[in-house]
Amino acid sequence: MAGRVEGKVAFVTGAARGQGRSHALRLAEEGADIIAVDLCDHIPNVGYPSATEDDLAETVRQVEALDRRIVARKADVRDRDAMKAVIDEGVAQFGKLDVVVANAGIVVIAAWDDTSVEIWDQTISTNLTGVWNTIQLTAPHLIAAGGGSMILTSSAAGIKGLPFISAYVAAKHGVVGLMRAYATELAEHSIRVNTLHPTGVNTPMADPSTMAAYGPLLEAHPRVAAMMTNLLPIEMTEPRDQSNAVLFLASDEARYVTSMEFTVDAGNTQY
Amino acid sequence: MGRLDGKVAFITGAARGQGRSHALRMAQEGADIIGVDIAEQISTVPYAMATQEDLDETVRQVEALDRRIVARKVDVRDGEALRAAVDEGVAELGRLDIVAANAGIFSSGAAEELTEEQWGDMIEVNLSGVWRTCKVAIPHLRAAGGGSIIITSSTAGLNGFPNFAHYVSAKHGVVGLMRTLALELAPDMIRVNSVHPTSVDTDMIQNETMYELFAPDLEPQQRTREALGERFTTLNALPIPWVEAVDISNAVLFLASDEARYITGVTLPVDAGQTTK
Repeated sequence: MAGRVEGKVAFVTGAARGQGRSHALRLAEEGADIIAVDLCDHIPNVGYPSATEDDLAETVRQVEALDRRIVARKADVRDRDAMKAVIDEGVAQFGKLDVVVANAGIVVIAAWDDTSVEIWDQTISTNLTGVWNTIQLTAPHLIAAGGGSMILTSSAAGIKGLPFISAYVAAKHGVVGLMRAYATELAEHSIRVNTLHPTGVNTPMADPSTMAAYGPLLEAHPRVAAMMTNLLPIEMTEPRDQSNAVLFLASDEARYVTSMEFTVDAGNTQY
Repeated sequence: MGRLDGKVAFITGAARGQGRSHALRMAQEGADIIGVDIAEQISTVPYAMATQEDLDETVRQVEALDRRIVARKVDVRDGEALRAAVDEGVAELGRLDIVAANAGIFSSGAAEELTEEQWGDMIEVNLSGVWRTCKVAIPHLRAAGGGSIIITSSTAGLNGFPNFAHYVSAKHGVVGLMRTLALELAPDMIRVNSVHPTSVDTDMIQNETMYELFAPDLEPQQRTREALGERFTTLNALPIPWVEAVDISNAVLFLASDEARYITGVTLPVDAGQTTK
């Protein structure tokens, strides 16, 4: 049976591991070829270990084990020239681009008064401007393909406030605005643009170091700690739960779904 | 392997249109079906409603997919009949995992001109009927250890539209019901979401009344499918007049499946961007 995204080409940012790798693999399982980027480097202030070139190589290995093709490059979503080069190279190799998954992101845990200018700038530039770079640079290829689907990874923190990640909350809300603006402008080209809003996901971003930074702040501010609660009786989702939503939005099954905030949040934003 | 292998789905309004499409799409992916439909006319509905023959045809098509179906002629305004149908279906098919509360009607009229009867029928079918559907199904979902309820709302469940206040009110109402059920049923791992179609290419929109509503300026003979398509296209962001029933079914299928196991409380528009305009 044909895969649900058979014959499509997907560009995934932050693809070395975590949700990004999971998206690449889920799309590849269903027949897509992959263009992948990852910073594969550390960003100051980020408390959890960053992805490496070995991680990206492992994504390549796993996609190829599914008998799909992949062009993977080390690139920073903040670097437009590098991004453009990878996108153009991938499209030259695979002939087109249909799906864009703007997944790359960072989080730095810090109370409002400990959020430095550097933390603010690097969070906004990666999580918001990086998404804009991703979709502005790929849009011409989707137009050339006669349409396509963009999935922007926001967060439960893109719909409601969550404590001690103010720059992240601002960036992730900003992604929703970007999604709506692009959904509006690109609709005439049959390009759909939607956001994904995960609750906690079992990835290295949810590493014990992240939780160690959160713990004391939540203990000191118990009233807002309850905002982290999921409605369904689970602590965290798995990357594949997010990827299944990405797959649906990427596929023609969702051909008329656009400008939507898609929560895969175990009800977190309803609590 | 099907995406709903081993599951049983309860679908209201299953005789034709979106309901039949949901039944077939879910059956294609391995589900057995409990299907109900009023299969009769309601006097305030200005287009021909489904018939027993339509419901029989749904049965035939589900069985042609080698799936089982228990189909009953039931009005969602009749809670006891709904309960009997679900109980019988579960007795025969063994369990219940999925509810697609799809049955709905449409009629139109300026708010000040709607009759009590029009208002009453609309709320009874499109709002209270959804509540009854969920009410009779919940014990079975709980017994199965969890499940997924998908309520069919509309873009008119998110935005206002002139000339069908009763429909807009009912479709907004089911969003409130969805959000509350999502809260109440989460501890039981029962997920509750709504889908919000734009115009769907079914008998509910392809009829004289709808054509008159959208093209009052045209002569009746000018109100062709093509002419109306242009009007409907202006409602959407994507350059299409309407979506197909299977587009809604694909969204329902996703929400019904374990792929969406942590998605609850969502208003899922399948609306070609209509509500973003």
